[in-house]
Amino acid sequence: MTPALAVEGLSVEFRTRSGIVRALENVSFSVAKGETIALVGESGSGKSVTAYAVMGILDPAGRVTAGRAMLGELDLLSAKPKQLAEVRGRKIAMIFQNPRTALNPIRPVGRQIADVLIRHGNVSRRAAPAQAVEMLRAVGITDPARRAKAYPFEMSGGMCQRVMIAIALAAKPSLLIADEPTTGLDVTTQAVIMDLVGDLAKELGMATIFITHDLALAGQRSARIVVMHAGHVVENAPTGELSANPRHPYTAELIAATPDSAQSLDALAAIPGSLPDLRRADLPPCRYAERCPRKIAACASPLPQAKPEATHIVACWNPLPDRNEPAQTVYPKAVSAA
Amino acid sequence: MTVLLDVADVTKLFPASGGAGLWTRFRRRLSGGPENVPKVHAVDDVSFAVGKGETVGLVGESGCGKSTLVRALTRLVDVTDGSIKLGARELALKPSRVFARDRDRARVQMVFQDAGESVNPRFTAFAAIADPLRRLRKLRGKALRERVETVAGQCGLPLQLLSRFPHQLSGGQRARVGIARAIAVGPDLLVLDEPTAALDVSVQVVILQLLQRLKIETGMSYLFVSHDLSVVRLLCDRVLVMYLGKIVESGPAREVFEHPLHPYTQALVAAVPRLHESGGERLRLTGEPRSPIDPDPNVCRFYGRCPRGTETCKTTMPALRSFANRQVACHFAEQFLPQPRTAS
Repeated sequence: MTPALAVEGLSVEFRTRSGIVRALENVSFSVAKGETIALVGESGSGKSVTAYAVMGILDPAGRVTAGRAMLGELDLLSAKPKQLAEVRGRKIAMIFQNPRTALNPIRPVGRQIADVLIRHGNVSRRAAPAQAVEMLRAVGITDPARRAKAYPFEMSGGMCQRVMIAIALAAKPSLLIADEPTTGLDVTTQAVIMDLVGDLAKELGMATIFITHDLALAGQRSARIVVMHAGHVVENAPTGELSANPRHPYTAELIAATPDSAQSLDALAAIPGSLPDLRRADLPPCRYAERCPRKIAACASPLPQAKPEATHIVACWNPLPDRNEPAQTVYPKAVSAA
Repeated sequence: MTVLLDVADVTKLFPASGGAGLWTRFRRRLSGGPENVPKVHAVDDVSFAVGKGETVGLVGESGCGKSTLVRALTRLVDVTDGSIKLGARELALKPSRVFARDRDRARVQMVFQDAGESVNPRFTAFAAIADPLRRLRKLRGKALRERVETVAGQCGLPLQLLSRFPHQLSGGQRARVGIARAIAVGPDLLVLDEPTAALDVSVQVVILQLLQRLKIETGMSYLFVSHDLSVVRLLCDRVLVMYLGKIVESGPAREVFEHPLHPYTQALVAAVPRLHESGGERLRLTGEPRSPIDPDPNVCRFYGRCPRGTETCKTTMPALRSFANRQVACHFAEQFLPQPRTAS
C-alpha cells in the first residue's frame, strides 16, 4: 500500500547567532492511508519542527538540508511555493497547538471557515457561509448559525479547537497533522475533541499524524507511535508493541516516568540528564548516549539502519531485550560505517 | 488529625455586566443598584477542611472555580461570604490588601502555575526567593543570604544558579525557584496551582518527588490544584472534585478514582488517557456546561451534561451527603455504593 505521507531522511538546521542548531537529523517515518500515528517526545525533541518542515512553514532561520517528504508523487520539501499552496489545505491540513492564537482574532469564525471553503473547497462565494455553518454543526457546536458569527474570544478553548478542526477539515484533506491539539484543554474536553478527530478521520479515510508529549494519550489514540529524542527518531513501533515491549532505553524511561500506571510516586523514575545542546559540533552519533544507562562502545559508531520491512524500528546498538522472542533477537542490521 | 484549615460556606460572586461603560452604569442604576446586577457564582457555598500534614487535591475543569477558591483561601481576593479559619485565626475578615502585611501572611503561601511567568523577569533567582523573606520575616544581610541558600539547597537548586534570571533557567529549575520562594518563609499550608502543568514528564517526576520529600521534612499541608488526575492520585491523600462552583465529590484519592460515585467524577476518570488501554467505549460527556451566571438554585449544576439527568435533578439541587469517608452531591449516589464498580 502506498503511504499517505513518507518522510525519508529529513534533516533540518536552524542558523542562529550562537551557532547552527541541528534540530532534526535523518528523520524517517511514514503514515498509511486512514492510519493514525503519533509523534511523541519531550519539548525540544523536534516533533513540531518535523510537522512545520513537512508543511513548508519553517521559520526563515530554518533550512531543510536533506531528505524527502513524499505526498503521493509530490516531494513537499522541494516543491515550489505555488505547488505547496495548492496542496496545503486541500491535501494536508494542520491543527495548531493553541486554537485561540491560531485563529484570526478579528474575523468571525464562520467567515474563517468560509475562506477555506472558497479557496480550497470549490464552493461558491454565495454558498460558502451556509456550508460553514454545516461544518460547525459537524464538529458538534450547538446552535451553529449563531456561533458562526462569533469571534474567537467569545468562545471557550474547546469550542475554538472545534473551529480549528472545522477549518482543517473543510476541504476534506487526505492527511491531517494535529500538533498538540488538546494541550491546555480539560481531560473531559480532550476526550471529546480526540473522539471527534478520530471519528472524522475514519469517516473521510484520512491519515492523521498526531503530535503530543503525552505518551498515554498517544497510546490510546494511535495505531503506531514514533518516539523522538533530540531530533532523532529513536523508536517506531505499533502502539501495543511499544508499550508492552519498549526496546530503546529512552522509550522505556519515558514509560517509567508516565504517572498513569504507577502505583506510588516512588515507583516513577525520572530520566537522568537533559537534552544535549544541539549546537555542539561534537554531537555523538546517538544523541541519547550521554544520558543512557545502557551505553556500550558501539554507541560511538553511526546509528544502526533499520531493515525497510521491519515493523519495530529501534535506533540503538544495545536495545533492551525483546520480550517477544528472547532467543532470536532481531537487532536492526548494522550497515558498515560510511 | 488536627485541622489546619477550616473552610466553611465560602461563596465568591463576581458581577457579570459588560464592562463599566456609561450606558451599563446607567442601566444598572435604572434596574435597582448593584444588588440586581447578574452575578457569576464562581465559588458557591463550599466547605471543607485540610488537616495538619495532609495533602488535599482539588480537581475540576477550567472555569469550575478552583482557581477562585484557591485565590480566596490564600487571601488574594476577598470572599463574598463564609469563613476561612487557619488554626484559630479567622482570615476572611480582613480585606486582602490589609492581609498582605499581616503576620499570618507567611503561614499560607502559594506556588503558581508557570514559574516562567509568575517569577518577576527582572529578579534573579536569589532576589525572587529573598523577596518574601525581606517583607515577611524582615531578614537582612547575612541571615537573609543563609536562609535563601538553605531553602535553595532544600529544593535542589544549585547555588551557582541563584544569580541567574528566570529566562536563563530551564523549566524544572524555574519550578524549583517557585517552590523555594513559597517555602522560604516556612508556611503551614502550601497551595500549589498546577505546579507541573508546563513541564515534561521526566521533569514532572522530579518535581513531584521533591514536593513529597519537602512535605515529610517540613510537615506542611498541601492543597494541590490540578486537572491531571494521574498526578493527583499519586500525590494526594484526599481529593475534592469541583464542578461549576460546587464541590460534587470528596474522599480518599484512591477510592474516589477507583470507584467514583458522582457522574461527573465518573466521566472525569473515564476521560483520563491510559497507555496500556486503547480507547474503547467510554462515558462521553455531551453538551456544554451550564452558565455560572445566576444559576437556578433548584437545578443540579451538572444537569444537561449528566448522562443520568432525571426530573428530580431539574427541581432539586442535590446536597453534599456523607457516605462513610466519602461525600457526594448526587441524588443517585446510593446506586453505586453497594457494589463498587470494578477498577477502571
